[in-house]
Amino acid sequence: MSERERDEHSGTETTGHEWDGIKELDTPLPRWWLWVFYGCIAWSVVYWILMPAWPGITSYTRGTLGLSDRSAVAAELGALAKQRHAGEAKLRNASLQQIEADPDLQSYAMQVGQSVFGDNCATCHGAGGAGAKGYPNLRDDVWLWGGSLDDIRHTIAVGVRSGHPAARGGTVMPAFGRDQMLDGRQVDDLTEYVVALSRRKADAAAVGRARQTFADQCAACHGPAGTGDVARGVPDLTDGEWLFGSTRAAIRDQIWNGRNGVMPTWEARFSPETIKALAVYVHANAGGAAEPIRPAQQEGAGTSAAGR
Amino acid sequence: MTQAAVSRDDAPLNALVLFTFTGVAALLAILATAFSPDPAFRFHGWVMIGAFVTAFMVMAVGLANGRFKDEPTRYHDGVVRAGVIATMFWAIAGLAAGGLVAAQLSWPNIFYFPQFPELNFGRLRPLHTSAVIFAFGGNALIATSFYVVQRTSKARLFGGAWPWFVFWGYQLFIVLAATGYVAGITQGREYAEPEWYVDLWLTIVWVAYLLVFLGTIWKRKEPHIYVANWFYLAFIVTIAILHLVNNAALPVGLLETKSYSAFAGVQDALTQWWYGHNAVGFFLTAGFLAMMYYFVPKRVERPVYSYRLSIVHFWSLIFIYIWAGPHHLHYTALPQWAQTLGMTFSVMLWMPSWGGMINGLMTLSGAWDKLRTDPVVRMMVVAIAFYGMSTFEGPLMSIRAVNALSHYTDWTIGHVHSGALGWVGFISFGAIYCLVPWLWKKDRLYSNTLVEWHFWIATTGILLYIAAMWVSGIMEGLMWREYTPQGYLANAFVETVAAKHIENVIRTLGGVMYLAGAVIMSYNLWRTIRMPSSATADLSAPAPNPLLAAAE
Repeated sequence: MSERERDEHSGTETTGHEWDGIKELDTPLPRWWLWVFYGCIAWSVVYWILMPAWPGITSYTRGTLGLSDRSAVAAELGALAKQRHAGEAKLRNASLQQIEADPDLQSYAMQVGQSVFGDNCATCHGAGGAGAKGYPNLRDDVWLWGGSLDDIRHTIAVGVRSGHPAARGGTVMPAFGRDQMLDGRQVDDLTEYVVALSRRKADAAAVGRARQTFADQCAACHGPAGTGDVARGVPDLTDGEWLFGSTRAAIRDQIWNGRNGVMPTWEARFSPETIKALAVYVHANAGGAAEPIRPAQQEGAGTSAAGR
Repeated sequence: MTQAAVSRDDAPLNALVLFTFTGVAALLAILATAFSPDPAFRFHGWVMIGAFVTAFMVMAVGLANGRFKDEPTRYHDGVVRAGVIATMFWAIAGLAAGGLVAAQLSWPNIFYFPQFPELNFGRLRPLHTSAVIFAFGGNALIATSFYVVQRTSKARLFGGAWPWFVFWGYQLFIVLAATGYVAGITQGREYAEPEWYVDLWLTIVWVAYLLVFLGTIWKRKEPHIYVANWFYLAFIVTIAILHLVNNAALPVGLLETKSYSAFAGVQDALTQWWYGHNAVGFFLTAGFLAMMYYFVPKRVERPVYSYRLSIVHFWSLIFIYIWAGPHHLHYTALPQWAQTLGMTFSVMLWMPSWGGMINGLMTLSGAWDKLRTDPVVRMMVVAIAFYGMSTFEGPLMSIRAVNALSHYTDWTIGHVHSGALGWVGFISFGAIYCLVPWLWKKDRLYSNTLVEWHFWIATTGILLYIAAMWVSGIMEGLMWREYTPQGYLANAFVETVAAKHIENVIRTLGGVMYLAGAVIMSYNLWRTIRMPSSATADLSAPAPNPLLAAAE
């Protein structure tokens, strides 16, 4: 161990320790460092006095300012609801058709609809609403549950197989193969039959064998000609639009496993005005034609019964 | 040479114990693999069988040939050399994985491999983070700590063959963790993804590490313990505690991979982030400060700036860091009082962190010209500068109002990488550039020009990376909180993702540049190792295996 010595460059003494040639200067703590450290501690103490800080056994120090995240969030949400409510007042007493016909209302509804669609609907239906496998395309004119303004609004409000008492989708596609209602051969033939329905080249013999199966098992919902039923959300098999894919494998898979789409109900989350705006946005986004103007109806009166 | 007279009958007890241990471990691994109903567990069982049987056979051959004899008069540098090689190997692997995940974020359609779930972003990201933190960083820490503790204690590593167990046991942990990630075996805790049996294995390795380190300090021939060893010891002890508490879990079966955490809900989240934050504090800060405290004064040949500052900043850092974890859970279900404490302790942590920066930078006082002449010194000084920057940015981001903007954005990723690439990476590279000529008995590195290239390419890469992440982080933070005049969110999430595309590409470029620097370094080190050894007559060159008695 070496003695304390004076470092030539800094003029500071060393501590006298040495390890593997490394020595240490006995420099005092930099003053600015120490004062900033004290400052940070003092700032923290002040913050502890002002804000919720130290826990006790059953509670914690609330802070003299009386601020809390909980009340801040409640206040912000309240202010937001008020802002939305004020803006949407003009949508409240207008029918969907009136909104669509009035450029002012329409523009307001489109702006609200676009935001709400982006945050809530785009996850499944895609940013542009073009859908994906299992999630309907909202940009074409094929609508499982009807494409009128009122139909769209009702679907958004109650959802599909969402648990809402008035939800769409009481009719379900059975899993013909998985549940052994049909055997593999019959499902193969039926696949050819469905391919033929969409006016594509199919195995004629298989189509012939499946004719009776289709009439027995499928026609009740899809109709004898396979054109579907909008009132019950039964897809048209002749239109070339396929929710779960158009290939033979995809069609066979759907007959075998019978998947049924699900969409949440949005009634509990959005105000009726927001849902109106969303319906107008979706309708316009799909290029929906203007509809004859009808007066506003009682909220919740439902419009789907008539279907299309 | 007295060693020549040692017969094989004199195999030291520590080697025989280790030999028995590997045999028993091999047997247990075989039994566990044979009886496990869980294919994932059997897969890891085969990895362990391979490791333990190989170790057992290597030790059998070694013992039969009279290896493993103690050489109390020499430093144990073989394990340090192995550690240096492993450090560079895992650096390249971890940085390459980072490049791939960055490319996946930049071009999600091109780098998406639905037929290979092993290459999914969700599995590769923890592979990347763990490979760089634990495989690269961990090996750098173990290797340098073994080197530094011997030199500053004037004692050979304690434990005979056990330092080799620490080294190879740690590599086995890395392989188990890495294969676990790609195979989808995870307990889903950030930076602690390995399942319970891998955690238990790491515990065994870590206890051995602690004993080797403590034993060496115990044997020291110096009156005092050098500051670097305080930091190494703080790192080893605290990581042990963090690891044990955070991984407390109940496996669903003794021969099953799956386990469930001992904690639930927000307590689980807080335990996780108490661990996660202190992994940053004690692994990535304390451990690498230890590295700085040895290699910077050694390389620039100047005394450490302030002994008092090292004492005060060590104890304040250790005391305050451990409380700062809740700042990872601002504006969550965590009670607000806990958020307050996490935030204020983070702010109080600013100066204790900077104490290390001051001590590192000011040690150059009187040797600043070396910044110009020695690219290795420049690399270490830039590392300290990045350390200072990220330990200022950290307390800033822990302030709740700032965090409200920065949390969950790329800003956090940029912050982590200025610390990881700038501080941890550069200080380790600097230490290894010092170590390789010392360990392999060379006068110098193969090429200082290549070090210059490494330095400039990697520094530019870091700057591109963090600048891109600041821009995209602040942008997406602002986009997330933007409302329309009607009172709805202005931007859908996917729009905020699309808006970051250019920044993501720049980040990928920056990361790949950093990787390129590490590749250049590996080539340089390999050529250095292959150079003819320096003449032993040259007294100024530090000899790799000096006789302890003649060491100083």
